[in-house]
Parts: sequence; structure tokens; C-alpha cells
Amino acid sequence: MQPVVEVRALEKIYALDGQSILALAGIDVEIVPGEFVAVIGPSASGKSTFMHIVGMLDVPTTGRYLLEGRDVSELDGDARADIRNRRFGFVFQSYNLLPRTSALENVELPMVYAGVPEARRRSIALEKMEMVGIAQLRDHYPNQMSGGQQQRVAIARALVNDPGLILADEPTGALDSKSADEVMRLFADLNEKNGITIMLVTHEPDVAAFAKRLVTFRDGRVVSDAQQTRTAA
Amino acid sequence: MNARATMALAMRALLRNRSRSLLTMLGVIIGVAAVIVTVAIGAGARASVQQRIASLGSNLLIVQPGSVTAGGARSGAGGASTLTAQDGMAVAALPGVAAVTPTVTVRAQAVAGNQNWQTLVNGVAPTYTFVRSWPLASGRFISQDDVARAAKVAVLGQTVVQNLFPNGASPLGQNILISGVPFTVVGTLTPMGQSGPGQDQDDTILVPYTSAMERLTGQTTVSALDVSATNSTQVTAVQTEITTLLEQRHRIVAPQPDDFQVRNLQSVAAAASSTGAVMEFLLAGVAAVSLIVGGIGIMNIMLVSVTERTREIGLRMALGARAKTILRQFLTEAVMLSTAGGAIGICVGIAGTVLVSLLAKWATVIPLSGILASVAFSALVGIFFGYYPARKASLLSPIDALRFE
Repeated sequence: MQPVVEVRALEKIYALDGQSILALAGIDVEIVPGEFVAVIGPSASGKSTFMHIVGMLDVPTTGRYLLEGRDVSELDGDARADIRNRRFGFVFQSYNLLPRTSALENVELPMVYAGVPEARRRSIALEKMEMVGIAQLRDHYPNQMSGGQQQRVAIARALVNDPGLILADEPTGALDSKSADEVMRLFADLNEKNGITIMLVTHEPDVAAFAKRLVTFRDGRVVSDAQQTRTAA
Repeated sequence: MNARATMALAMRALLRNRSRSLLTMLGVIIGVAAVIVTVAIGAGARASVQQRIASLGSNLLIVQPGSVTAGGARSGAGGASTLTAQDGMAVAALPGVAAVTPTVTVRAQAVAGNQNWQTLVNGVAPTYTFVRSWPLASGRFISQDDVARAAKVAVLGQTVVQNLFPNGASPLGQNILISGVPFTVVGTLTPMGQSGPGQDQDDTILVPYTSAMERLTGQTTVSALDVSATNSTQVTAVQTEITTLLEQRHRIVAPQPDDFQVRNLQSVAAAASSTGAVMEFLLAGVAAVSLIVGGIGIMNIMLVSVTERTREIGLRMALGARAKTILRQFLTEAVMLSTAGGAIGICVGIAGTVLVSLLAKWATVIPLSGILASVAFSALVGIFFGYYPARKASLLSPIDALRFE
């Protein structure tokens, strides 16, 4: 099967206060469709940098990045924006919903940039909100929703353009344990029932336990990469 | 992303911060309204000045006899008796001259019934109403036939009407005595008001110039020739032509001084009009400064907005907004703020202008060009002062913007 993501010898060097910092020191990872990968590691291990490069929010210093078989290392800003729009769904720790904007409009946002006509936008957004169980919140504003509800809105938003990969950056970091558990169950369900490919970054083993594959980062290197049986219920 | 979607996005962003958007627009609203009100007042003032000058006759030239020297003492202008009605006819034949009327002026006592009044009697030709742009209020004017017969007919100015016929009876057909000579009133003039120097122009009686010469002055010369040029641009040329013609007719050779002088009112009109233009320009300049200050207000708010919404910009980029789309969104927001402010400013400006002309009773002219200019200017303000913040937003890297605290 063709991998969704294939990176070879990926390196990232930051210049910080005149010093170069090696954030990624040669990463080789493949993610195939249907996987649910948890990237785990201590802070400053390079896991977030890795996710940003995979999500095309950041560029590698050297190395090859094949997205669905296509080399995307050399693309310009517009092409990268278009790929982020069509091929990825992002879920952030702090939800990042537009304030004073209804849940429905938040979910529609990626389709606005994709140029989807309004009526179709609405029906797709409602369908995805149904899928994550928040259809009844369509007219709520972010400040009228709990953290767990806001994160579900963000997940629905990540799904609307039928992405090849969902990238979740500490998606439960701002949630209480009950909501965190519910959100992780939702991810597991989306992966299990809808075959959606997910890569999530976390430092909590409890969260990583929902995934089917565990990639551990330390000092910018992958120190272990193994399939696991879902240990969480 | 198309223009409609960009505008919808910008609109939504502005509506999210209603009170801030309104306060930002306030600068532009005040600026545009100020421009419109001041330009309207300035243009109104200029138009009314021009109208008053036109009522004096901006095409008007006056030919007066020169001075005479008698026993070493020179009389003032008009002292000489050198101009004749025939000079007037010759002047009328010049190109660029629309009409000429001789005037024969004499101060005389007028009597009607038991009322009497000393006034200025002007002997004139039928062209007088045209030359002086002075319409009749009632009756008829002096005809060519009246002039030919030296008829004893008179047309009265309003001040004379009020003083000779104080009970409001119509003076038409009444007989009056001018210096003891009976004249029949055939018409009255509309009120003209004061002339520039404050002379009551309505205090006059008009009679045929032939009648004035034969029956009142006993002279064959006229006091002046009033000449109307075909248009105001020709006045100077006509002035030269008249001078040349009269020098020939009066046989005046170079070193000799002219026995007449030709004056025109154009210099007065031009001075008044340019004063008006300078005032208008000055007022509009002050108003334009306030519009620029309004624009800086927009830039200020947009910069704050970009900083405050850095994470939002990062998110939009992560979700697929191109740099150009971000630029366009922020630019559209700025232009929307300024043009909406401009539109409201126009309404406020027009309302203010109407109010000013109602309360202060000032003449105002709302110039369409002023409205168009302020619309264009406010849109430009939006683009100019919105571009820098918008570009700043679009140059953010998505990951830095997302991480911004």
C-alpha cells in the first residue's frame, strides 16, 4: 500500500540566539492509510517539530518528504497552503476556534478556502458534526461550549475536506480526564469505523494507549517504533 | 477564493468587533462629513458672490467722458461733454459688443399728486434692461419709438415707486412731473438692491435718453455709454476696440490724452471669485487633514487587530488560506471600514449641510464632485493605510503565528 507520509533522513536545524539547534537528526518514518500513530516523547524531543513538518506548517532543513507518493519538499507557500487545505486536518491543544463565530461556521472554514459553494459547505459540515456527535451545537459560540465540545467542533473541522491524514497536537492537553477520554474514544472510533488515518502527538502514555502504533522520539531521533494492541478501553 | 467569499469573511470579522469597527469608522465619518460641509459652504458662498457680481453685470463696460481743464483746474472724470449718442451707435457696431445704451444722468425733483421725491433720472435706450440685466416688474419698457419721438414716458425704480405712491396704488398710467415736465409712467423695475459701494440702485427713474437730453438737460451729449460685451472673456478685447474707435472718432493723436475712459467690473469680479476659491480650497484642505487622521486611525486599529489576531491568522493559514488570501482579507476589512465610514460620512455631511443652510441661512451647494472625491479618497485611505498591516499579517509564518502568545 502506498504510504500517506514517507520521510527519509529528515533533519531540522533551528538558529536560536546565534546557536544552531538540531531539532530533528535524521528521521525515517512511513505512515500508511488506516494507521493510528501516537508520537510520544519528552518535551524538546522533536515530536512537535516532526508534526509541523509533516503537516507542511514548517519546512525541513534537509531530507525527503513524500506525501501520497509526491515529493513536496520544494513546494512554494501557495502550493503548501493548498495541500494543508485539502490533505490534512489539524486538531490543536487549544482548539483554535474562531471566537464569536458559530460552531457550524467554524466547521465550514476550511471549505471556504477550498472554494466549496455555500449550500454544499453547510451539508458537509452538518454531516461531519453529526459524525462527531455535536450536530445539536451548530449555532453555539465557542464561549458557550465546554472544552470537550469545542475539541469535537475542531475535529469536525479537521474532517470536512476528507483529509488523507488527521494531525492532532496534544488534543487532550487542555481537557479534564473525562473529556479527554471521550475525545480519545472519538479518535479511536474514527480510525476504527471510518478508516481515518491519524497521527497524534502527546507526552501522556494514557493518551498514547489509544493508538495502534507508538513512535517514541528522544533528542530528535526515533528511539522506538512499534505496533501495539490498543490498551485503552 | 472569490471576491464575494473574501468580502463575506471580512464582513464577519468586522461584525465580530462591532463597537471597535464603529469607532474606527468614526474618524473617516467625521473627515468625509467635514469635507462635504465645508466644500458645500465654500461653493455656496462663491456662487452667491458670483451671482451678485453677475447682477452688476460682469460683461459690463462703462465709457465715461474724460476730465476737462478750465483755467488750470481739472474737472473729475465725466466732467467733459464729449460723448454723444452717435458714439454709442458706433460702439454698438463693434464685434464682441452685444448691446449699448447711452445714459444721460440728471438729478431732478419728481412729483406725483401730493408726493415729491428727489431722485436720479437716467435717460436710456431700450437696450438698458439687457445691458444691466435688470428685468421689469410691471408694465413695459422704453421702446425704440419712444426714443425716436423723445416721448414723455418713464419707468420707475422700486424706491421711487414707494416714495411717490406710498399707498400701494399702481403707478402704471399715472402722470408724474420731473423737473416740472409731465411724464407718463409705463413700467416699473424689479428691486435690484444696493450697488457695490452702497448706493441704492432702485432710487431711479428711467426715461428715453432723447427725452432726457431735450427736456431735462438741454444738452446734446450723454453722461456715459453702458456697453455689454457678448461674453465676459471678451471684455478686455472690447475695451481696446472701444478705445481705438473713440480715439478715431474724437480725432485724438498719440501724445494727446483721451477725452474719455473705459472701465469694466471684471477686475472686481475676478478678485471676489478668487478670494472665494482660496477660501474653499483652504476649508477643503483642513477637512482633508481630518480625513488623513481618520486613515491613520484605521491603520492603527488594523495593526492592533493583526497582532491580536495572530493566532487566528496562523489557524487560517493552517486550514489552507494562502498568504494572498490573508492579505486580501485584511485589506478588504480596511477598505470596508473606510468606505462604509465614507458612505455614512456622506449622509452626515449632506444632513449637516442642509442643517447649516436652514439654521444659518447660508447658501450652500453640495458639489457632486466633492462627494465622488471623498468616496474615492476614503477608499484610497483604506487601501493605503490598510496595506501595511495586511501585508504584515500575510508575511507571518503559519507555525510562528500559531505559537504566538
